[in-house]
Amino acid sequence: MKVNKKGLLAGGAIAIGATLVLAGCAGGDTETDDSDATAEGGSLTVWVDSERVDALQGAADAYSEETGITVELVGKDNNTIKDDFIQQVPTGEGPDITMGAHDWLGELSTNGVVAPLELGDSADGYLPVAINAATYDGTVYMLPYAVENIAVLRNADIVPEAVGSFDEMIAAGEDAGLDQPFVVEQGAEGNPYHLYPFQTAFGAPVFGSDENGYNADDLQLGNDGGQEFAAWLSTEGKNGTGNFNTDIDGDIAKQSFLDGDSAFWLTGPWNVGSAIDAGINVAIDPIPSPTSDAAQPFAGVKGFFLSSESENKVAANDFLVNYLGSEDVQLALFEAGNILPALTAAAETASSDPIIEGFATVGQDAVPMPAIPAMGSVWQYWGIAEASIINGEDPSATWTKLAEDVQSAIDG
Amino acid sequence: MTTTTDEGVDGAKRASGAPPKKPTKRQRQAAGIADAASGGLGLMLVKIVSLGLVDAIALYALFVLVVNDEWLIAAIVAVVAIFVNWVYFSRKRLPAKYLTPGVIFLVIFQIFVLIYTSYVGFTNYGTGHNGSKEQAVGALMSAALDRVPDSPTYPVAVVDRLGELSLVVTGPNGGVFIGGEERPLEPASGAQMENGVAVGVDGYTTLSFQEIVARTDEITELAVPFSDDPNEGALRTPDGRSAYQYTSSLEYDEAAGTMTNLDTGVVYTDIGTGAFTSDAGDELLPGWQITVGFDNYLKALTDTRLSGPLAYVTTWTFAFAAISVASTFFLGLFLAIVFNDMRMRGRKLYRTVLILPYAVPSFLSALVWAGMMNESFGFINQVLLGGASVPWLTDPVMAKVSVLLVNLWLGFPYMFLVCTGALQSIPDEVVEAATVDGARPWGIFRLIKLPLLLVTVAPLLIASFAFNFNNFNIIYMLTNGGPRDTGAPIPVGYTDILITMVYKVAFTGQTRDYGLASAYSILIFIVVAVISIIAFRRTKALEELN
Repeated sequence: MKVNKKGLLAGGAIAIGATLVLAGCAGGDTETDDSDATAEGGSLTVWVDSERVDALQGAADAYSEETGITVELVGKDNNTIKDDFIQQVPTGEGPDITMGAHDWLGELSTNGVVAPLELGDSADGYLPVAINAATYDGTVYMLPYAVENIAVLRNADIVPEAVGSFDEMIAAGEDAGLDQPFVVEQGAEGNPYHLYPFQTAFGAPVFGSDENGYNADDLQLGNDGGQEFAAWLSTEGKNGTGNFNTDIDGDIAKQSFLDGDSAFWLTGPWNVGSAIDAGINVAIDPIPSPTSDAAQPFAGVKGFFLSSESENKVAANDFLVNYLGSEDVQLALFEAGNILPALTAAAETASSDPIIEGFATVGQDAVPMPAIPAMGSVWQYWGIAEASIINGEDPSATWTKLAEDVQSAIDG
Repeated sequence: MTTTTDEGVDGAKRASGAPPKKPTKRQRQAAGIADAASGGLGLMLVKIVSLGLVDAIALYALFVLVVNDEWLIAAIVAVVAIFVNWVYFSRKRLPAKYLTPGVIFLVIFQIFVLIYTSYVGFTNYGTGHNGSKEQAVGALMSAALDRVPDSPTYPVAVVDRLGELSLVVTGPNGGVFIGGEERPLEPASGAQMENGVAVGVDGYTTLSFQEIVARTDEITELAVPFSDDPNEGALRTPDGRSAYQYTSSLEYDEAAGTMTNLDTGVVYTDIGTGAFTSDAGDELLPGWQITVGFDNYLKALTDTRLSGPLAYVTTWTFAFAAISVASTFFLGLFLAIVFNDMRMRGRKLYRTVLILPYAVPSFLSALVWAGMMNESFGFINQVLLGGASVPWLTDPVMAKVSVLLVNLWLGFPYMFLVCTGALQSIPDEVVEAATVDGARPWGIFRLIKLPLLLVTVAPLLIASFAFNFNNFNIIYMLTNGGPRDTGAPIPVGYTDILITMVYKVAFTGQTRDYGLASAYSILIFIVVAVISIIAFRRTKALEELN
């Protein structure tokens, strides 16, 4: 009899727990459902990369004060924000606006979760690469706020002057007595993003482009320039000079540069902070080209997307285009993230910083990373092919197979 | 529940005739609960308060769910709440009082997940088939709106008359026009101007920004024909302040279920595949979710691009799981026997050290091992092997060996713990009797200790097999399935096991296929379940040894 009643006690506790769980699930519905709030004056839910919540908070509060529309910022993990957005928008539980990167655009648009944005006359105020990247299939879907690209970080204590070409760079490092003058992250599966500048220097973009942007039907990857690039990569790989090595991943490349074992590091603005913290005298140089043509890196553009199921499209459009697109807000976001603002006026102000100016100069040559869904078929083969060329596979055959695999994956 | 055991211990002490001591805190607590239990009134109060809480929460949940039109879930919550009340307010139904909480958890965390996964396995849920048809149509239509090239920005004011919205538009030359849904723009008279822009018209109320926001739905729908000529498109205002002239390149015919591209004249029809499809087979994306029956299963098993890799990945998965279980078990058992020997000094210290790999989170260890096994820079090649270049993770065969080695390192402490416990539970008398009968150590181990041990350990070995069968962490963190099989048409590598292959097929790249992934999950579930059932049946034979 005793046991019976104690079981009941425990049972009661568990039942409470279970119901709490149920209630918790149910509660989730109300938080993001803003149909009630709309009637009262409007509210916007904005998903933001957790690290940028503080940067945007001031802008959000100021907008609320000005218009009476509540802007609720929700910090999200940058790795899951895209998948969460795609999955939650159709259920009506997603946010009104989400922060993201332009290369998500193909996926977001194919899933029908983003609404077109009309930038109106303000479109002329943005860097051309930003507008270019925000446009998908002829329609603008993203309010750009920052432009990001890779460049060469030079240890100015080891090599005081900028170098001209790739070979000069290696020679300058070797003259300074370094075994590995130049590092770039690769890893076992390769890293095409970081190799792309060299590939473009040989005249081999991934896709050809027309007035609507990249054209998925025009795969340029396997052209003659691509073959030349593959041959060059092979001579710089394991059986050649060893300047490229798949054993060097992001951490090893970073450590090598921070320890002064390498004078040149091809990387993005996200690593500049740690180099400066390590006491390195960092200079930002254009990417030395192995040919006479410019080495063009990919540009990644960050921005804000409007949900296609938002019930507050008018307020959201106003907040994005007329408010987040203003110079003050773009500069505030720049100060939080330290990457080049997408608004030309803000970008000019930000370029008073030599590091930012360095990246901006390199960025003038940058091309937007293709956002078309066909790009997904490229990534899965691209790095692996480059890695095997670096590791001594036959460059010509591997590159030909890469182009064939990508083409058949695109064709389905 | 713990109080019951405490009482058990307590009772045992008393029975063994231990001298009565001053009761400890726990004993007093136990006595208090026992009193309350037999007392009735106190317990009744606790019962009423607990159930009251449960009911309050259930009511709140019901309220929220009904407000959100989630009728099905609301009904389930109501039924469960009534059932819980019925069970615990009844004087009988003792088994139900024990079982109810467990069953509720089982349903929420196991059965629901399984049913939902199999449901997704029968749909085309994935990239391009993400929402409902209505949403797909909405997204297609809004994407099809094109701003007329070189058309100006028109400052607008949104005005209302008798609940019907109109736009007051200021033209580039300063002219003021008014128009509404299906009412083309016409010159407006009596405009109120501010800084050269019309802000209102006599006879209409101008909406404030708050009012505009409150009527978002109407305003996003509002398309004011530019003129009587439909080819000139319509004015729409995305933000209530400026309007732009748009034409649409798609026309939706709901009755016929077709989308027509007005530029090319191509007709896209809903042919039941979850997307508007042209006669030439081109699909307009986004499409929508539909049920596809067994298509995903058929695709997983018969699509040559998927079935080839599926076969050898399955083989390796079985090998990986079996070898991992065997190697960790035998190493753990060996060490347990060694450290169970009374003659060994410092056994406790050794045992503590041996448990360490188990104490470090496995995905962290796997990452550290991946670093140590780096061909050019890793600790093993550089320091231990003096600069050798052993391709630990980059050669297909070596990578498999490395995976097994690291998994052995991660897994043996568990087996060591389990075996130590099981060995210590074998009575010394059994061994002594065997020794007296003239058995040798190997014989004692093989014929007496091992069978007794297996009775305890066999279910754990089966669990361990099932765990390793889906050991995502080690593969993903150590090799990420690599080195990649460059010959395979999907991104699969030589050390991929089923679960990592499913992950790669379904979730990497920009094309997700949740339906296919769910179908794979169900297939894996069936395989693991069948193996477990067979193995558990066999272990019953072992139990009969006792």
